[in-house]
Amino acid sequence: METTTTSGTAGIYDGLVEAIATRADRAAFAELFTHFAPRLKAYLMRLGSDAATAEEVVQEVMLTIWRKAASFDRRQASASTWIFTIARNRRIDRLRRERRPEFDPNDPALVPDGPEAADRVVWTGQIEGRVRIAIESLPPEQSDLIRRAYFEEQSHREIADRSGLPLGTVKSRIRLAMQRLRERMEDLD
Amino acid sequence: MTDVVPTYHPDPEVLLAYAAGGLGEANAVLVATHLALCPHCRAEVGRLEAIGGALTESIAPEPLGPDALAAVMARLDEPGGPAAQYGVPRRQYDDETRRSVPAPLRDYLGGNLSSLHWKWRGRAIRELPLSIGDGTVRATLIRVGPGAAIPAHTHSGVETTLILRGAYDDVCGRFARGDVETATSDLDHRPVATADDECICFSVIDGPLRLTGPIGRVFNRFLKI
Repeated sequence: METTTTSGTAGIYDGLVEAIATRADRAAFAELFTHFAPRLKAYLMRLGSDAATAEEVVQEVMLTIWRKAASFDRRQASASTWIFTIARNRRIDRLRRERRPEFDPNDPALVPDGPEAADRVVWTGQIEGRVRIAIESLPPEQSDLIRRAYFEEQSHREIADRSGLPLGTVKSRIRLAMQRLRERMEDLD
Repeated sequence: MTDVVPTYHPDPEVLLAYAAGGLGEANAVLVATHLALCPHCRAEVGRLEAIGGALTESIAPEPLGPDALAAVMARLDEPGGPAAQYGVPRRQYDDETRRSVPAPLRDYLGGNLSSLHWKWRGRAIRELPLSIGDGTVRATLIRVGPGAAIPAHTHSGVETTLILRGAYDDVCGRFARGDVETATSDLDHRPVATADDECICFSVIDGPLRLTGPIGRVFNRFLKI
């Protein structure tokens, strides 16, 4: 079982989001901005935004963090994971002009987590450091495929067309890279 | 309807694309609706999002303009918090629709299952094309009477089907509520609904569908292929 206590720096950001939620802490917000805004801008630019648009979207993401801080739950996801999902969704709404469909946790039709969910590893806490170490230990072509999956607006078909590989090969390579990443992360436990 | 955990899931790289934000809207609706029915894939998407968070954390930062922080601080007191965002009332659906079709797919229906403008595609088959995203992929609800068969078909792209109610059998097995079947162009399949209930499924097709067999050729005209 994972615990939510962390000895490194990751827990600091969880605490900052909670400070916004509990007492509208502007200093905590400024600190989050200083850390995350330049990373979010880089993320958006990697996905094809120009600098000015990326800054606008970053502002919207940061405002969303301020307004929705109460819905943050460090047992579900770390601050950087939560902020990643907000930026990802904002980019889809704003730059792709599509809706981002998400399941509704309060939907009566939702099939709830079974009793085995408690044993399942939830990746919170020191996840950032572990992913970084695991990614760096992969062969470059595998870590590159994983980064491209997150940071490039390219479907598997486009990757296949561009690389001249059959679609099935692209998919099985991505699958293999993810499997290796997972194994490396489990080794770090 | 009892809560049964699905047996068949989206391909791992499809869950990855969903978590990374790279799926088109129609396929994303299918995955998100499967997630409502599948605790296993919900946990998996949570892990994939954690990887996304970690990768974003380790990206080389891109400095913002000198006034960026002050500009956003000045906007913190603007109205537009959660209360304003959720101010638009959601459409109310009847029990049958709420039980059969989880969100987010339900939000795209525009009405209750019984009142929608279904198009008959044969004696026991009705179809409801849905307008999702930019329209480059075909998204459709299919309703098949108990024991009836969907005409045999192949497709040039990938057809992904999520079963919402009832079940069907085809060469790959039995697919029931929450299950996802992914059929590529080489699969010529002929799903048959089980005899005990009608089967409702949501289907997303990348690339044109092609029906095979004599009945299929009649269908092709309906589908304007």
